[in-house]
This record gives sequence, C-alpha cells and structure tokens, in this order.
Amino acid sequence: MEMIVDEIVAKYNYWIYVVLMMIGFYAMIGKRNLMKKLIGMNIFQTSIILFFVSTGVKKGGGIPIVDKYQALAGNVDAASIVNPLPHVLMLTAIVVGVSVTGVALAVLQRIYREYGTLEEDEILEKLQR
Amino acid sequence: MNATNLHLFVLVVPLLSALAINLLGRRSRQWIAPMVLGSLAFSVFGSIIIMARVIEHGNLSYTVGNWRPPYGIELVVDPLSALMMVLISVVALLASFSSLKSVEQELPGREHFFFTLYMILIAGLFGLVLTGDAFNLYVLLEITSITTYGLIAMGRGRAALSSFNYIIMGSIGACFYLLGIGYIYILTGTLNMADIARILPTLNAPVATATAIAFALVGLWVKMAFFPLHSWLPNAYSQAPTGAGTMVAPLMTKVTVYLMVRVILSMYTPALVFTHEWIAQGVVWAAAFAIICGSVLALGQKDLRRMLTYIIVAEVGYMVGGIFLANANGLTGSILHIVNDALMTLCLFLVVAAIIYRQGSVSLVSLQGIFRRMPITMAAFTLGAFAMIGVPPTCGFFSKWYLILGGIDGGHWEFVIALVVSSLINAVLFFRIIELGYFGSLQDGDHHGPPSTERHEAPWWMLSPLVLTAVLLIVVGLSTGPLINNVIRLMIPVGF
Repeated sequence: MEMIVDEIVAKYNYWIYVVLMMIGFYAMIGKRNLMKKLIGMNIFQTSIILFFVSTGVKKGGGIPIVDKYQALAGNVDAASIVNPLPHVLMLTAIVVGVSVTGVALAVLQRIYREYGTLEEDEILEKLQR
Repeated sequence: MNATNLHLFVLVVPLLSALAINLLGRRSRQWIAPMVLGSLAFSVFGSIIIMARVIEHGNLSYTVGNWRPPYGIELVVDPLSALMMVLISVVALLASFSSLKSVEQELPGREHFFFTLYMILIAGLFGLVLTGDAFNLYVLLEITSITTYGLIAMGRGRAALSSFNYIIMGSIGACFYLLGIGYIYILTGTLNMADIARILPTLNAPVATATAIAFALVGLWVKMAFFPLHSWLPNAYSQAPTGAGTMVAPLMTKVTVYLMVRVILSMYTPALVFTHEWIAQGVVWAAAFAIICGSVLALGQKDLRRMLTYIIVAEVGYMVGGIFLANANGLTGSILHIVNDALMTLCLFLVVAAIIYRQGSVSLVSLQGIFRRMPITMAAFTLGAFAMIGVPPTCGFFSKWYLILGGIDGGHWEFVIALVVSSLINAVLFFRIIELGYFGSLQDGDHHGPPSTERHEAPWWMLSPLVLTAVLLIVVGLSTGPLINNVIRLMIPVGF
C-alpha cells in the first residue's frame, strides 16, 4: 500500500493527467448534452497539455534563456534548465484546441437554432418525427 | 522559382489562393472559378514535375525557416509522397470542376466561404504528405479536419449534428495520436521522423514503444474510420454539401491511410510495429471483419450516397488489412489501393453530384430509368462500379489481386475470403442499381409519379471531369506495372 502511495506522490502530475483524461473521455462518450460533450473534449485536450508540460520539467531546472555564444560553445549544462520544447509544442496544441472549440461552438449554435435544444435525446426524438 | 523547392510552392499556392478567394470572391463570384482552377492546375503540373524529378534523382527535402533537421521542421518528398501529391492534386482539380457547379446551386451567395475552406483543406492535405516531422503532422491533421468539419456543417438538414459528432470523434483521434507522439518524444527526444526511426530501434524499451505505437495507430484509425470506430463517417459524408463530398470522400480517408503507412514505414519502423505477431494477426482479423461488416451494412441502404459511404468503410478495411499482412504483396496492394480507391470513389461521387444536380436526390427509388435520362453519367457509373467490384482491366482489379496474393502469402485465409465476399456483395449492390436504372419499370413509379424518360444530361462542367475520371480508371489499371516498378517497389523495406 505504502509503495503505491509513494508511486502516486512521486509522479502525481502524471496521475492527474490520467484522471483528467478519463473525466474528459467519460464526458465525451457518456453525456447526452452536446455542450457537456464539448466541455469534455476540452478537459481531454487539457490533460494532454499537462502531460506534455510535465515531460519538460527537471528538478531544480532554471528558465531556458541562455547566452547564444555560450550555448554555441557548448558551455550550457542541459540539466540546469527545463526543456522548453514541450511548452512550445503545447502553445501550438492550445491554438489547435481553441480553433476546434470555436468551430464546435459555431456548429452547436446552428444545431440550437435548428432544433431548439442541445439535448441529444430530444434532437433524435425531433428527427424521428 | 527555385527548382529545389517547387514542392513548397505546390503547397503554398492553394493556401494563398484560399485567402485571395475569400477577399476577391466576396466582391464578385466570377473570380472564384479561375482562381480555384488556376491554382489547382499549377499544383497538378508542379507535382507531376516533382514526381519525375524524385524518380530520376531521389528524395527532395526542404528545411523550413533554415532550422536544420532534426531540430527544425523538414518537408521531405520521397517516391510515395510524390505519388500522393499527384493523386491529391489530380483528384482535387477534377472534383473542383463539379463542386463549382453544385455549390453554385446548393449554397448561393456563400461560394467564397466554401472555396476558402476547400483550398485550405487541399493545402493541408499537401502538407500532410510532405511533412517529415511528427508533431507538424498532428497540426496539419487538425487543419484538414477543422476545414472538413466546416465544409460538412455547410450541408442541409442533419449536417450540423453529423459534423458535431465528427468533431468529437475526430478530436479523440487527434488527441490519441498526440499522446503517441508524446511518448515517442519522451523516449527519443526528437520529433523528426527519420531521426525517430534511427533512435527508436536502439532503445530497449519494449513496453513504452508499444504504448506509443498503439496510441498513434488507434488515433489514426479513428480518423480513417476503421470499422468499429467508423460511426461518424456515413452520416458526415452523406449529409455534407455535394461539392464537399466529391473531394472529401475520395481524399480524407485515403490520406489518413497513407499517414499510417508513413508512420509505420518511416517513423516506427516495420520491425518494431510487427514484433508481436499476434497483434498484426489481430488487426488483419479486425480488417476482415471491417470489410464484411462495411459491405453488409451497405446492402441495407436505400440511398446511393449512403451506400457509397459504407463501401468506403469496407475499403478502409482492405487497406489496413493489407498493411498488417506484413509482406511485400500486401503492402504493394495497400499502397496501390490508396491510389485506385481514391479514383474509384471520386468517379462514383462525381456521378452522385451530377444526379443530385439534375434531380435533387439519389435515393434508389429515384434512380429508376436513370440510364435514359443521363446515359453518359451512367456509363461512367458502370465503369466506376466495375472498378469497385474488381473487373479487369479497371484499376480496382489489380490492387485487389495484390491484396489477395498478400493474404495467401501470409496464410491469412480469412482476409482472402473477406475480400472475395466483399467483391461479390459489391457486385450485387451495383448490379441492383444498374438494373434499376436500365430496366427500372416506368409505369409503376412511386408516389412521386412516373419518372420522366426525357434525356436530361448533367452540364459539361460535371460531365467532363467524370468522363476523364472514368478513363483514368482504365489508364491507371493498365499502367499498374510501371507504377509498381517505378514508385511503390522503392518504398517496400528490405526484408519484407
């Protein structure tokens, strides 16, 4: 038992990522309200951002701003700075996530105008009639 | 224009023309057609020149922003991506002739929005086949998906709801792929595909590697609608505006299958993907299941366009199964089938667009006596149907032949049986429509009244690309030999 707790505490950010991801996944698959599905999608994407940012962290790592000439000469200790690349990747992923959310909200607006509701069951009922 | 970065221009010209179409098309509609056709014609010529050059001189590459690979993003053209570039540009050009006409009818006043998304989608597809960077691939995958969501949502009726379901499923797929890349980055510390392929086999981390491969492959399977994950495709593709369907249906799933080939061959290396034999076996079984289920579901449809979308689901099974047979014939068949299936689907969707343009519906009932009204369109439909069934000398026969050979080589009889059964079901499906269209009784018409027998052919804008595609089906079929020897064989890894 203690070992499991230690394991969770030592890598708590990765555990949070898994939990968040499952919450998002459940909302996307299980919820019947389209807006809740969209929120679930956002939680899902956020969990992946947390995962990527976690991979760049180093214990005691500093800000990755270094002198160009020192870096070119190879005088920078890579262990003393955090890896900035995952953060940069996630900036792009955030932009992608925002655009998908934007498109999805616009589509939801059209659905609401057409059916007057965002509950999937009610929409399907209206479609069958 | 520098000769070495022509492939960059092939990508950039549609992208810039998208902006120009939005700005100028707002003022006047007559700007749209010349700009769409002009930039796509440029892409066709550019990609054919690139293909000739790659076959003669070997791979091309371009470093974006002067950051040297493996640190910067690299655009690579090898024989396979050159082939895909030619395919994408030709299909997009042929489809755009028909789209220009049907969008004019279906979305009057919104053409510039439609074609802005259309051109960005094409630029995104070019980017997907060019990129040599794993994360860049994710971004481009989302660019093509977002534009597709928009295009589908422009349709009428249930289109918005279908588009929303596609957004949810598509995002799950993309996020899974991104997770796979995350694990790869932790393992190797690089995102350049060639670099990953160099480093990954030297590491001894079987569990982490398998996790990374599994996440990325499942993500791509969702995006390409591999059978149990296909639920979004039939609704989305059959309710999209006709003009979007003619381009999205032939290209999106096929390019995603290409991405799977690329990821397996050039990033994860075949040796690592196929280490556990039972996984490859399982995927081939799943593919056989997908083929049968897609075909049987197609049998139950009462609308030509919905029937075709289920055939696409079955065809995805052909290609995934062919790759996971893990032998040279299966892989050859799959890559050949990417090209052939894109052309066959294009041919059939152009027919659908032409019929919808004239009579507004492609339900099976409304197809009675269609041969008398639209003889040229239906002649092309018959050719497309023969290709789907796999009648020689149309191209569909040759790729199916290689897939069956691959199945026999690998001892996967269930896959061979699935292919044969699916061909038979396709024959039933298409001959049912041909019979209805040719001999369909004119007297006992349905409640719409007796169908007219007057000849009412589609406009030339829709007929000429259709006839050209139908001819291409035979031309590509007859040039299978050179295609395999000059392009596909170069991609088969040693030891296969």
